[in-house]
Amino acid sequence: MTAASQNGKDALQIAREIVMQHGPTRDELIPILTDISHRLGYVSPEVMHEVSRLIGMPRSQLFSVASFYSMIAIKERGTHVVQFCENAPCHVVGGRKVWNALRETLKLNAGETSPDGKWTLITTSCLGLCSVGPVVVVDDDVYGNVDAAALPEILARYE
Amino acid sequence: MKYFRSHVLACIDPECLSKGAHEIIDALQDELVAQGLIDEVQVLETSRIGGCSAGPELMVYPEGIHYAGLTVDDVPYLVEEHFLKGRPVKKFQYQLEVTTDEELGPPKPKEVRVVLRNCGQIDPNNIEDYIAEDGYAALAKVLGEMTPEAVIDEIKRSGLRGRGGAGFSVGKKWELTRAVPDYPKYLTCNADEGDPGAFMNRRVLEGDPHSVIEGMIIAAYAIGASYGYIYCRAEYPLAVKTLNIAIQQARSFGLLGDNIMGSGFSFDMEVRMGAGAFVCGEETALIASIEGKRGEPKPRPPFPSVKGVWGKPTNNNNVESYANVPQIILKGADWFASMGTEKSKGTKTFAIGGDVNHAGLIEVPIGISIREVVFDVAGGIKDGKGFKAVQIGGPMGGCLSAEHLDLPIDYESLTAAGAMMGSGGLVVMDDETCMVDIARYFMEFTQDESCGKCTPCRVGTKRMLEILQRICNGEGRDGDIERLEMLCAMIKATSLCGLGQGAPNPVESTLKLFRHEYEAHIYDKKCPAKVCKAMIRYEIKDNCTGCMVCARNCPVEAISGQRRAVHVIDPSVCVRCGICMQVCNFNAVAVV
Repeated sequence: MTAASQNGKDALQIAREIVMQHGPTRDELIPILTDISHRLGYVSPEVMHEVSRLIGMPRSQLFSVASFYSMIAIKERGTHVVQFCENAPCHVVGGRKVWNALRETLKLNAGETSPDGKWTLITTSCLGLCSVGPVVVVDDDVYGNVDAAALPEILARYE
Repeated sequence: MKYFRSHVLACIDPECLSKGAHEIIDALQDELVAQGLIDEVQVLETSRIGGCSAGPELMVYPEGIHYAGLTVDDVPYLVEEHFLKGRPVKKFQYQLEVTTDEELGPPKPKEVRVVLRNCGQIDPNNIEDYIAEDGYAALAKVLGEMTPEAVIDEIKRSGLRGRGGAGFSVGKKWELTRAVPDYPKYLTCNADEGDPGAFMNRRVLEGDPHSVIEGMIIAAYAIGASYGYIYCRAEYPLAVKTLNIAIQQARSFGLLGDNIMGSGFSFDMEVRMGAGAFVCGEETALIASIEGKRGEPKPRPPFPSVKGVWGKPTNNNNVESYANVPQIILKGADWFASMGTEKSKGTKTFAIGGDVNHAGLIEVPIGISIREVVFDVAGGIKDGKGFKAVQIGGPMGGCLSAEHLDLPIDYESLTAAGAMMGSGGLVVMDDETCMVDIARYFMEFTQDESCGKCTPCRVGTKRMLEILQRICNGEGRDGDIERLEMLCAMIKATSLCGLGQGAPNPVESTLKLFRHEYEAHIYDKKCPAKVCKAMIRYEIKDNCTGCMVCARNCPVEAISGQRRAVHVIDPSVCVRCGICMQVCNFNAVAVV
């Protein structure tokens, strides 16, 4: 998640590399956009424009695909992305309390990024880690059996 | 090839990784080097071993000893005792016996592992391990001795039904796709296991990927397909990685590619990753996503067996369906049909979550009762609480209550009771669960995942969610129950795909079985289970010692009081997050 530190040119360069790696064809569009989103933090309008040029597909169609899939970010995200699993197995073992505490602590709602660009809070679909729910993922680190009291300590690791 | 006297399988699924599996493996390697045992003991990384949630797990062969919950500090002692002195360390062993039962007894409340037989038993990253367990023997039999028609006939006779939820006959589907005179034909494997709490397929893909690949090659031969796609969720990075390794190995062994096993039959495949859209588990949406489009469902017909990927005939089955195929070919249709019920044959994997003692994955013969699954296999309700309901079939499934405990789990019985088999998620709820809150939660999920293409689903689920939200907020109105019932019927009848048609199920089933809870919320403004925030208050009881822990942890400073005096919560400030209750060491915070 280094979007903030990359200037426009670098981002376009990275996007071009990713497109070439997969091959500039429509059926590779989802892997391309997912990779770009993961590497750059999100798919910016400039990057979208470049991908559209390389694949030879209208930007409107690109946008319709990008906005459909939750793993493709089209809004800039914070330095650390906190994902919360809000699915039933986590929900019934106290997930809602953790979720509320998470929103309180970060002062964010789902999908929001803090004004200082540090945190983005999103919900995720089931990660299949149901036997250790509730589950919170910060960047790529997975935390299981989380309760509200454990949150400050987890988040402090990313200060 | 190098020979080792002992093999240690170390689980590196995300659960164990989150508890430090990598550190354990590193420590183990270091210690084996230090003790000079590194040439005698091999450490392999694998998927889930037990289903235990105690932490990093190891399985040591040939003894078959299962260690769990290890810490880095335990490793030197373990290596010295077990590997140097040959004395298994009892205190680190996992208490429950690991079932590796392949024997088919009479239907008893225990597991029968067909699909999961190799998971945790073999190294998923080594094709030779799979071959040693009769792997690819079924493929050899099919290519060497059977015509495509004979394969289809065998699968049809076995009675295998689609394990993705709908329960359509797998053999019949193959036959339909084979009969379409249009080429090339494609094969898709639905590994977009998006139902919350259903992670059976993840474990199969991570633990035994070749069983799925072999099943797919056999299916491709039967229907005459030349290329296959495994559409896997991006939420399962380890499964994607394992599959890619497995496909690569199969290719290098000549099991994928041109002229497989010298039979003249050619087939290859690749993994396609999803990008976080639940609806892509629907087959027409899945196909659109493989083609790089928005994963929106299309009306059927035409079915994928006629017009699928790139407009060509496509056979789509899920992971578990394909994984059953090699076993059926090897052991015969009669063996498979001897398990299960009259209309539903074989076994089914379920992921049990929620308030049970042993959450995790099981594989049981179809037809076992809900009671047996909850109380015998999953060990009953956590913390000695009572059973309230079980939600089965994922977010489009329904809730069943205590009166259904003796219902056999099969496609027809579940549908008749208002739930469905689904892909196999089973969420158990104890008596402190609010069923209105659960219904609202599921509606939130389907509303969020509705792709927006058809109006009944897009708008209808939104209206239902709004009604449920206001009921949970203590603002329910007279007539809300009836409005919900009307919307349920309408959305079910008019939605385009299974997502919309099934979306009202959780509400409909809870309305039927737990109507009194809805009424309590609406008319008495009370949440009987004390869950819905708007209708509860937190209070500090007289046994408060005034330790101030709650006041320090309260995120909104709603708690006041002097040291060593009973504290007070200001309900107008309190956000009902429940942290005070969790941190109190004296059980002095109560919900009223």
